[in-house]
Amino acid sequence: MLVLSGVAVIALGFLLRFNPLLVIVVAALVTGLAAGLDPLAVLARFGHAFNETRYVTAIYMVLPVIGLLERAGLQARARSLVAGLKGLTVGRFLTGYLLFRQLSAALGLTAIAGPAQTVRPLVAPMAEAAAEGRTDVDPERVRALAAATDNVGLFFGEDIFIAIGSILLMKGVLDGYGIHIEPFHLSVWAIPTAIAAFLIHGFRLWLLDRRPAGTTR
Amino acid sequence: MIGIGFVYLVAGSFFAACAVLGVVDRRWANALFHALLATSFFAGDRIGDLGNGVLVLALVAVATSGRMRRGEPAEAASPRGPLLALALVIPAAALGGTLLFKQVPALVDPKQATLVALATGVLLALALCWAVLRRTPLEGVRAGRRLLDEIGWAAVMPQLLASLGAVFALAGVGEVVGGLVGQAIPAGSVLGATIAYGLGMALFTIVMGNAFAAFPVMAAAVGIPLLVQQYGGDPAPVAAIGMLAGFCGTLLTPMAANFNIVPAALLELKDRYGVIRAQAATALPLLLFNILLLWWVVR
Repeated sequence: MLVLSGVAVIALGFLLRFNPLLVIVVAALVTGLAAGLDPLAVLARFGHAFNETRYVTAIYMVLPVIGLLERAGLQARARSLVAGLKGLTVGRFLTGYLLFRQLSAALGLTAIAGPAQTVRPLVAPMAEAAAEGRTDVDPERVRALAAATDNVGLFFGEDIFIAIGSILLMKGVLDGYGIHIEPFHLSVWAIPTAIAAFLIHGFRLWLLDRRPAGTTR
Repeated sequence: MIGIGFVYLVAGSFFAACAVLGVVDRRWANALFHALLATSFFAGDRIGDLGNGVLVLALVAVATSGRMRRGEPAEAASPRGPLLALALVIPAAALGGTLLFKQVPALVDPKQATLVALATGVLLALALCWAVLRRTPLEGVRAGRRLLDEIGWAAVMPQLLASLGAVFALAGVGEVVGGLVGQAIPAGSVLGATIAYGLGMALFTIVMGNAFAAFPVMAAAVGIPLLVQQYGGDPAPVAAIGMLAGFCGTLLTPMAANFNIVPAALLELKDRYGVIRAQAATALPLLLFNILLLWWVVR
């Protein structure tokens, strides 16, 4: 039970809005101490894991390209591309992106899009341009929805691909119980939820378009 | 063989260049933060576990000092040149490289094909920008440094959370939570067990920030012993839908920083939780759908 104190530290720390990095390190220390490890062992374990997970942070290497293209006017170009398309609403545009993201993730192409690669330079400005003239839609919310749509599309598309990490993890865990299942059977069962995700998120995007001008929320 | 080392070299070089530019621009705290990151990427394998631990403490100290400054506003030129095509170089390289590199396992580590392809795409795109737009890689690093400063210390939050997960695993947090959930289920109720499993996946994912950490725990506590062995549910949907219930939790938690917090910073949202707020109304009905679907399959 005592090892849950780290979870409590996380919850409290986030709630009280301490710096999240500090909260994480304190939570690791508290958890390790509660499990009977000495502080240096916890620090070494934490450092080891930090070194092993550098690939998470490596994605920022795309920023020089994104920044350079933005200085050359990429966002304005993305905006004008969308502004030229009459009848393209923000809801329709994001629904199209949702479908693209789900289908490409289902083919295992999870790295071709993402917050740094596509959402900031392309999807968010395009969505904002599609919402141009809508006084009732906050541009901040449109950008947030662009990032949200990227996540929903990724999460509920990728599990249809048989060689994705989560499918392999499930197979590994089930193997441990002597239950042997082909990855294909796992990925088939991701399809109903993928469709439900498209319908639910798509419905919300459709509502975004329907909101009559002049009303808020 | 080209592998993750190449990726870390590219990323580390960017962080090192940011540190140098930070010194030039007299943004000391930011420069120190980026220098520490560069050290981790260049020398992380050589400084030992404890050395890495100390490096993390130094990163956190800089982050909490309150001296890191945000990126300064940048002017964008009026658009000229094939900008959209250039923007698609990285996604296209990620796609093409992943497919291509898997064919040459002797040359490129197949496990790292996607990351190697991404890094190659970055170098290719920088070269093309130089050739076509006449904008030098140094300009790129300068512009990238501004974006990185816009993200600030949140940039390392996903990596720190992944490391916290490793400490949680070492301390056996999962087993304790699984035991608690197992005790909370009313005996003989398929619906009760399904709800405990689906909600447990989502809640534990919210705490851990990662459905991968939650799955083995909830499978051991509820999924396998109750839903599969006692109630005779098909293990494939029990596993798959359980994982997807966990993904609904991922949409709701600041602990999944790379999906929820970093994008908010990257899009310069005023609300740090803006992306989570935009996702909640999709995640909650979808979680309900997953629990009902699983109940329908098992019962």
